[in-house]
Amino acid sequence: MTRTMSLAGTTLELVERGQGRPLLFLHPGEGLAPEKPWLELLSRRYRVIAPSHPGYGNSALIDGSGSVDDVAYLYLDLAAELRLQNAVLVGACFGGWIAAEMMVRSTARFSHLVLVDPLGIKIGGREERDIADMHALTRAEYLKLAWADPAKGDVDFAKLPESDLGAIVRGREAFALYGWKPYMHNPRLKRWLHRIDLPTLLLWGAQDRIVTPAYGEGWRQAIAGARLEIIPQAGHFPHWEQPEAFVERLSGFVDKSG
Amino acid sequence: MRVWYFSEMAYHPAWEEGLKRGSLRVVLPNRNYDPKIGHQLLNRYLDEFALCDEVGLDIMVNEHHSTSTCLTVSVPMALAIIARETKRSRLLSLGTPIANRPDPVRVAEEMAWLDVLSGGRLEMGLVKGAPYEIAPANSNPANLMRRYWEAHDLILKAMSTRDGPFNWEGEFFHYRNVNIWPRPYQQPTPPVWMTGLSTETGRMAAEHGHVVGTLLSLSAAGPMFAAYRKRAQELGWTAGPDRFAYAAVVGVGATREDGLRRANLAADYVRTSPVVAEAFTNPPGYNSLAANVAMLKAGGKRGGFVRDRHGNPVEQTTASIEQLIESGTCFAGTPDDVYDQIKALSDSVGGFGHLLMFGQGGFLDHQDTVTNITLFAKEVLPRLRELNLEPHKAVAAE
Repeated sequence: MTRTMSLAGTTLELVERGQGRPLLFLHPGEGLAPEKPWLELLSRRYRVIAPSHPGYGNSALIDGSGSVDDVAYLYLDLAAELRLQNAVLVGACFGGWIAAEMMVRSTARFSHLVLVDPLGIKIGGREERDIADMHALTRAEYLKLAWADPAKGDVDFAKLPESDLGAIVRGREAFALYGWKPYMHNPRLKRWLHRIDLPTLLLWGAQDRIVTPAYGEGWRQAIAGARLEIIPQAGHFPHWEQPEAFVERLSGFVDKSG
Repeated sequence: MRVWYFSEMAYHPAWEEGLKRGSLRVVLPNRNYDPKIGHQLLNRYLDEFALCDEVGLDIMVNEHHSTSTCLTVSVPMALAIIARETKRSRLLSLGTPIANRPDPVRVAEEMAWLDVLSGGRLEMGLVKGAPYEIAPANSNPANLMRRYWEAHDLILKAMSTRDGPFNWEGEFFHYRNVNIWPRPYQQPTPPVWMTGLSTETGRMAAEHGHVVGTLLSLSAAGPMFAAYRKRAQELGWTAGPDRFAYAAVVGVGATREDGLRRANLAADYVRTSPVVAEAFTNPPGYNSLAANVAMLKAGGKRGGFVRDRHGNPVEQTTASIEQLIESGTCFAGTPDDVYDQIKALSDSVGGFGHLLMFGQGGFLDHQDTVTNITLFAKEVLPRLRELNLEPHKAVAAE
C-alpha cells in the first residue's frame, strides 16, 4: 500500500508491504520503482517500508534543499514515528549513502545494516574518481557501466504515461541536487563510519562499474566487522538485476546474525 | 535602434577536429589549441572591436568556457581592454553567468570598476548561461535559478548601496561586510540585461524592468517579448522597444552575393555552436520539467531552438544561408536587403530596440570583417538609428 504522511513539517510518500520484522528500504538514485520484483520478494519475509526520497515520487523536497543530512534526520524521525524496533536498514546506491548518514547519527532502532553498492564516501586521492561521473555519460554509456546486462536496464520512455515521466524527471533533478558537488559523496562521512555498531553486510554487483567492488572493499575496511559479498551477473543494481539472489543473501545474513 | 557589434573570438582552427569528435566543447582537449595562433587571433579580434568605436557601433562581449567556439573566458577582462581602446561606444557585458560564479560580490566589484573606467559606458548582463557551461563551472544545475536570483539580488544591492557595509546570509552566499569600492559611475547601477529563450524569462525580466535579449530565432523572440509586454502592462507600465534585444548573424556586401558570402562564413558560428557531447546538453534541472517530459516522450531527441516561420525546427549544423535568413538567424545581402530583413523581423515581434550583431564568426577573415563592420555602419546603421525609438513609460504617468 502506498500512502503519504506528514513528518517533520514535510510530506513523505511511502510504500508499506508485508508482515514481520520491519525492513526500511532506501531506494537508489534511479527511484523506487515499486512495481519491480524486489519489494514483493522482500515483503514475503519482512514488513517492508519503502519511502520515496524527498524530491522523488510524491515526496516533497525538504525546504527545497538538497542536503543528505536532512534526509537522514527525516528517516530517523520516520523510524521513531513508526516505533521501529530491531529493524533492518537496507540502502541501495544513493539510498546506501543516506543509510550510512543515518547510522553514524543513531543506530538505536535498527539491528542490521545492508548496503547495496552504496555511494557516499571518498576513498581515493583527489585525482582519482571513486564514483563514475554518471552526468558525463549518454544513457547508453551509463547503462553499460551500471548493468551486467544493459538491455535489462533499458526503458522505453516514450511508452510511459506522462505522470511516470514527470516523476522520473523530478527524481533526476533531485539526484543532481543532492549529489552534484562534491560528487555523490560527503567528504566527512568516512571519518565517522566507526560509529556504526551493527552487523553490516555490503552486497556488491560483480560487474558494477559505477562504484566497483574495490570501492566496496574500502567500505568494508571502514566499518568494523562488515562483510562484503559479491553477487555475480549483477551491476550497480543487484536488487534489480538479480532480485532472488539479493533477497537470499540479505535474509541469510539477517537470519544468521539474529 | 542601437546596434552592438559582437564576436565570440572563436578558435576556428580546431573546429574540424571538434566536428570529427562530435564536440567542440567541454571534452575537446586543449592540445588542439595553438597558443601562437591564438595570440594573433585574440589581438586581431580586439582590433575589430576597437574599429567599432570609430564607425559608431556599440560593443558587446560574451564569455564561454572550455570551448573552441569562444575564447573570451572573462567578459570583464576583455571589456577592460576595449574600454581603454574606445571612447564613445557603449559596452555591453552579456554577460556574466552569475549562477556559475562562486563570488557575486567580486562580480559587482568588477562591473563597478569597468563602469568607472569607461566613464559610465557599461551595460551589465546577468545571465543564466548555456547548459554546457554547467560542466566547466561544475555548478549544480538543479538549483541554478535559485542561485541565479540570489546572486542577482546581491550584486544589485552591492552596486547600489552607498552606506555599507551590509550583511548577507542567504541560501548560497554569505558575507558579513559587503561594501564595494569603487561604486559604479552610473546611478544607481548600470542598465541590467538578461537573456533567454522562454516566455518565463520574458516575464521575469519584466518584473525587474531589465532589458531582455534572445538570439537567432524569430520563433523564440515573438512569444518572449510578448510575455514581457504583458507582464509589464500588468505591473502598470508599457515596455518600449528599448527593453528588447535580438541577436543575429549579419553579413553585408556591396553586392548581394558578397553579403551572402560573408554571412555564410560567419554563420559557421550557428552551425558549430550546438556540436557538443550529448551528456552535457541537458543537465538535470536546467530545462523545465515539461520540456524534459516532452523530450523523453520524443525518445530523448532534443529539437534545436532555431525554427522556421512555420515553427518547424531547422537543423542548425547543416542549415544553408537561405534557411538561416528564413528563420531570422541571419540578416544578409546588400545594405538595403539587410535593413529590410531587420525591419521586417523587428516589426513581426513587436519592435526591438537593440540589435546584437554577430559581425564576425569563424572563418570570416580580418579584411572581410573590417568591410562588414564599416559597410554596415555606413549604409545600414544610420537608417536603423531612426527605428523603434519610443522609450518605455509608466502608464500611471500618462
